[in-house]
Amino acid sequence: MKFGVVIFPGSNCDHDAVYALSRNLSQEVVEIWHRSEDLCGVDIVFLPGGFSYGDYLRCGAIARFSPVMRLVKRFADSGGLVMGVCNGFQILLEAGLLPGALVRNRNLRFICKEVRLSVGTIDSPFTNRCNLEAALTVPIAHGEGCYFASDAVLDRLETEGRVAFRYAGENPNGSARSIAGILNEGRNVLGMMPHPERACDPAMGSTDGLAVFQSLVAAAVPVL
Amino acid sequence: MVAEVSESAALEHGLTREEYDRVTNHLGRAPTITELGIVSVMWSEHCSYKSSRRHLKKLPTKGERILIGPGENAGIVDIGGGWAAAFKIESHNHPSYIEPFQGATTGVGGILRDIFTMGARPVAVMDALRFGPLDDPRTGVRNRHILKGVVGGIAHYGNCFGVPTVGGECVFADSYSSNPLVNAYALGVFPKDSIFLGAAKGVGNPVIYVGAKTGRDGIQGASMASAEFDEDSEAKRPNVQVGDPFLEKLLLEACLEAMATGAVLGIQDMGAAGLTCSTAEMGGRGGVGIEIDLKYVPQRERGMTPYEIMLSESQERMLLVARRGREREIFDVFEKWGLDAVEVGAVTSDGNLTVKNHGEVVALLENCFLTEGAPLYDRPYTTPWRAAPLDGPQVSEPTGGELRDALSKLLASPDLCSKRWIWEQYDYQVRTNTTAGPGGDAAVIRLKEAGISLAMSLDGNARYCSLDPRLGTKLLVAECCRNLAVVGAKPVGATNNLNFGNPEKPGIMAQLVESIEGMAEACAHFGTPITGGNVSLYNETLGESIDPTPVMGVVGIVEHVDTPVGSRFLNPDRKLILLGGLLPGGDERIERRFGSGEYAKTVIGQTWGLPPALDLDYESAVQAAVREAVQASLVESAHDLSDGGLAVALTECCFGPGKVGARLAIETGRPAHIALFHEAPSRVLASVSVDAADYVLRIARRHGIESPIVGETIADEIVVEINGSEAFRVPVAELYAVWDTALERMLEAS
Repeated sequence: MKFGVVIFPGSNCDHDAVYALSRNLSQEVVEIWHRSEDLCGVDIVFLPGGFSYGDYLRCGAIARFSPVMRLVKRFADSGGLVMGVCNGFQILLEAGLLPGALVRNRNLRFICKEVRLSVGTIDSPFTNRCNLEAALTVPIAHGEGCYFASDAVLDRLETEGRVAFRYAGENPNGSARSIAGILNEGRNVLGMMPHPERACDPAMGSTDGLAVFQSLVAAAVPVL
Repeated sequence: MVAEVSESAALEHGLTREEYDRVTNHLGRAPTITELGIVSVMWSEHCSYKSSRRHLKKLPTKGERILIGPGENAGIVDIGGGWAAAFKIESHNHPSYIEPFQGATTGVGGILRDIFTMGARPVAVMDALRFGPLDDPRTGVRNRHILKGVVGGIAHYGNCFGVPTVGGECVFADSYSSNPLVNAYALGVFPKDSIFLGAAKGVGNPVIYVGAKTGRDGIQGASMASAEFDEDSEAKRPNVQVGDPFLEKLLLEACLEAMATGAVLGIQDMGAAGLTCSTAEMGGRGGVGIEIDLKYVPQRERGMTPYEIMLSESQERMLLVARRGREREIFDVFEKWGLDAVEVGAVTSDGNLTVKNHGEVVALLENCFLTEGAPLYDRPYTTPWRAAPLDGPQVSEPTGGELRDALSKLLASPDLCSKRWIWEQYDYQVRTNTTAGPGGDAAVIRLKEAGISLAMSLDGNARYCSLDPRLGTKLLVAECCRNLAVVGAKPVGATNNLNFGNPEKPGIMAQLVESIEGMAEACAHFGTPITGGNVSLYNETLGESIDPTPVMGVVGIVEHVDTPVGSRFLNPDRKLILLGGLLPGGDERIERRFGSGEYAKTVIGQTWGLPPALDLDYESAVQAAVREAVQASLVESAHDLSDGGLAVALTECCFGPGKVGARLAIETGRPAHIALFHEAPSRVLASVSVDAADYVLRIARRHGIESPIVGETIADEIVVEINGSEAFRVPVAELYAVWDTALERMLEAS
């Protein structure tokens, strides 16, 4: 599997994603500068966390205009796998690849902590190796991770099985229906606030994030 | 040259008459207003260390691992495997009082630039914070406002920049109500063959300005930080700079990329005193001159005077000297990152700082006159000033119930309660290196590239230093090194931040001198040379000084990248070994020394006497034994005993995810409250499997330290037995709830 990690000005979880994918998962990884006119033939586009453009205006609102995003959109529209974590999720929302919005955490403060996630569906390339019964321990680190959408959108996400992850137990940021990650209609685009790339190495505590990336690797292997 | 100034203008700039005479004698004329501005900031206490330099020389600064000592932007130690670490601490106290959020952001921003200007990528930040009491009826509202602003500012800057804030400390006392302390520490790593220095070299080489544009913010900030506060300090708000972590992140990436081209010869950040300090210091260090024309300096505002441009402390700017002919490579990198990079002048041979404005000379000063030529004072000092009495009140021995209540009260006290409310706002994990984050004795980060980890401890203990600055500072160094020992690390270097009051008062100057001498002795003893740091004086408001607050940041090496041993108990049925002993070195005057502790402050409500006694050799033996046992994986947990003594340390050990309890059983001839809460140093509480206990005891014996078994871990309850009878018992969950929520309750109180 060839992963492409997109780097915007202000991305700061790009190194972590590259390390987890290349070292903990032994996958091929290329870094893609945000002005790139080429996705380098990757199988999966990964939009990392950070503060693209300093979160000016709104989180992700400026990054969506980066040249590379036109390619990412086209890639997603043609069924390519795209995954955005934290600021990457915010960019996917601003780019219209996913529905809803992320607003400030309910306590109005940045929160960095480990949370428990329940898996909402295993019917996706991002979760096929997860277990519906077993919660994942994955860290969050964000100031604006409170998921918001109209009831109609939320109902649709739920009935179509597009809620990929929910906060289990405590809802740390006040997200609607405890939503932590969602899929697009085509189930080939995932946005999530928690950081699975931070939970891939035993030295960091949890390795539950591996399940997400292993799902992607499995998804790419053609089923016989 | 333009109009010259008078002596009265010099006095308004904070120069003394004698200092002004020195300037006019040197120049053979009166200075221009721009020159006066330049001299006044370069000779400010903040930039020149004129009151402290004489004494700072007493500190040990050399060691086999020290690659760069004091005098550069940051100190550098060799951490093995071809890698080096650059680290430093710096204060941003005055700005944080005037404008807490921006004061703290720019404190973090400044120290990060100090690290990456050396060529290192910042990988960890810590902060030592001091505030006034949160519940004080008179100052509480303001103190809470300052704390929230400072924490928010640190979080904003570090999180956005992408450096983990991995630890620190936060302590409260009355003396910080009108003078909070914000000391920011940063550490970066890099291959040791790619160190960059802040020296200009090569006559004719271009001097290039990079980063943010220059505005009017922060003008005279360094001078402000060198004076006491009064009722008019509010008017100094415009002196506080505004930070932009996004810009700094771009600047970091651009600088490291530019350095990799090989076209950069020297580089220095524009921190205190901005363009003035960076030009004068780079020229001074290189033994060359620098000539710049201000018309090239990117400006954010119209109509700025040369004086304003030279003294602006606008953030996120750097000055570099490049190889002539290779400027283009540098400009290309900065263009990629969307940043300004402009040639503003060149290196000259005359040793002068020549500042032109559209070709007209507005300042002409010898670099060395500004740097090494700064005044050096031997300020008079007497005995250290102290307010507390030597003897405290008569206290009858508390009952078991009272001991239990005292423990609960201590755990809820602002100094000892959980600081989770603070550190959960910091991204302590970004870069996925943090193997031991906030809340432990030491923070530990792994270096994926080098296969080792670095342990860091940041500490201060003004309660002790206010009673005896010399002994207090020795205890501080000892505790920092002990914090490293419990994670199995060997200390290799240190940085210091000396926060004191007005050095022109002999009693305050004496605090500074004794503290430095104590630090020198202890650092030499533990093999932790000082690689640099910061002195912050004039921490006074309306004549009232802060408690003397030296802060140390010590760095140590752990020879692996796995999760280190933690302080929390992991399992029941483990032996508790108190390495170092119950009250080592016995002391007939222990009641007097008990007055310096957290129990005296919080439970009795008074501070008196002297700090705990310290035997440096014994301390070293304890640390060596602990380090050996931890490195050999013989202990499941290890926790340093400090504030609140044995009982508080034991309780903290129970606060892990499993909420494992403990039965503490001690034999003592002392009153129970002293045995449980005295803060004697040189002690570490370890939980050890029954099988490993003998090995640990053998190590302790070999190092000649006491190591009584003081109980065992049990399920979810703390039981304390003294001389065979039960004093009290309490569920872990009950104490945890008190400890975990105390700070939040204090801060949310309206």
